[in-house]
Amino acid sequence: MSKPRSVVAASSALLALLAWSPAQAAPTPTAPSGTITVSAAASLTDVFPVIAQAFMKKYPGTTIKFNFAGSSTLVQQVIAGAPVDVLATASEPTMWTAVNAGHAGKPLLFAKNTMAIAMPPGNPARITGLASLSRDGVLVAECAVALPCGAAARDLLVKNGVTVKPVTLELDVRAVLAKVMAGEVDAGIVYVTDVRSVRPMVSSVTIAAAQNVTTTYPIAAVNDSDNPTAAQAFVNYVRFTPSAQGILRAYGFAKPW
Amino acid sequence: MSSTRTTRAPWFLLVPGLLALAFLIAPLLALLWRAPWGSVLDIMRSPVALDALRLSMITATAATILATVLGVPLAWLIAKSQLPGTGIVRALVLVPLLIPPVVSGVALLAAFGRRGALGGFLYDTFGVQLPFTTAGVVLAEAFVAMPFLVIAVEGGFRSLNSQFEEAADTLGASRWTIFRRITLPLIAPALGAGMVLCWARALGEFGATITFAGNFPGVTQTMPLAVYEALESDPSVAIALSLLLILICVIVLVMLRGRFLRPLAAT
Repeated sequence: MSKPRSVVAASSALLALLAWSPAQAAPTPTAPSGTITVSAAASLTDVFPVIAQAFMKKYPGTTIKFNFAGSSTLVQQVIAGAPVDVLATASEPTMWTAVNAGHAGKPLLFAKNTMAIAMPPGNPARITGLASLSRDGVLVAECAVALPCGAAARDLLVKNGVTVKPVTLELDVRAVLAKVMAGEVDAGIVYVTDVRSVRPMVSSVTIAAAQNVTTTYPIAAVNDSDNPTAAQAFVNYVRFTPSAQGILRAYGFAKPW
Repeated sequence: MSSTRTTRAPWFLLVPGLLALAFLIAPLLALLWRAPWGSVLDIMRSPVALDALRLSMITATAATILATVLGVPLAWLIAKSQLPGTGIVRALVLVPLLIPPVVSGVALLAAFGRRGALGGFLYDTFGVQLPFTTAGVVLAEAFVAMPFLVIAVEGGFRSLNSQFEEAADTLGASRWTIFRRITLPLIAPALGAGMVLCWARALGEFGATITFAGNFPGVTQTMPLAVYEALESDPSVAIALSLLLILICVIVLVMLRGRFLRPLAAT
């Protein structure tokens, strides 16, 4: 662990030198280069690689590797010292756990998501809305409540006064979707964007905005990053560029601001 | 005797050997080091832990019984019957042991899921669904753990001296009596070892269980699943639950010390 840190120290010393060299009188930010690892929420599985492609095109010489999992798992990995450069979670509380533990920098909110009900193709249990989920014999999959998708599902059901006894509490939202696609459950509570990404393989019921709940996605550079320049560049790219935001819109994510 | 020469380990075996030992022990020691000792008992007595522990004990035991009832006859067929193709059968039995458990889970869904080849029939005809049930957990554990039992018991059958069975046969004992009174007692050590291995593997099953049976406290959430879910929210709870699992394994090892594990080396 001490080795990467000394590399970081050495490279930041080098950056300082470069910034003060006469050739670069104006301290312009150094162009990002090298490899970074991005730990991202499972619901970003489809959209983040597309954003990464655009980023790598804009900054030749950069490579982005991904680690997709449930947000809480990602946060625990970062706290345990996983060699990760950027963290993007599906809720603010999960991100604050990492920030408060001193492992992530200032988070920027970059996207917003809402919930939907996903059913196997043909909707065999004839799910028409949240109320259908409490019917006897309807098998429902949710995320475990420690996960953003689980917390959102719980909030959604409470908000609408619906009592559901799920048959399984999956450990990331993609696992919920997998159980739906396999036809093993009649319905799963997932993000709108998940339904969109696998649309022909699932049917869905949209939930009106007034009844729905939202979750916002923060992104932050990890404090122990070996490549803080590229890490912060990616964070800024996701939050501020029309290119990244356009890709997020295309995948069904809303603006959080 | 040159025993002093052979017992002194040469450095090229001693060093990597000790390294291997350290590699196997260090993570467990680290777990002890990180354990939240102040609250370990409270966590172990929490409803989540007790539910998961009870479920793990029940399902691992049921899976071992299922594997024994079906696996012992299969081991006999492979070891003793002169049926053609036993070599292939033996290789097939090893497949669930070698493939990743999550693949086993996907395969079980394909077979016994609500839309599976057999599961579809069960569901449409009897309304029986195995995923998300405790029976589904037992099925997943038995699928993954049975090969351990079959291999151990097959070794027992193979090394069996058939003189006793032949003697009983000439004295007019029926085949069932011979199997029950002669064969089974003779393979008891191998059977015991196989059952312990099978039970331990079933107790630790994660991938096939979560893929096939899902995760719900009290119904399908066994100890390994509870450990994984606890990692999402509170790693210290996960460590405490892990210690409980390790403790169970140590207790089993101590209880069986020398009794079943030695014959295993012989098979």
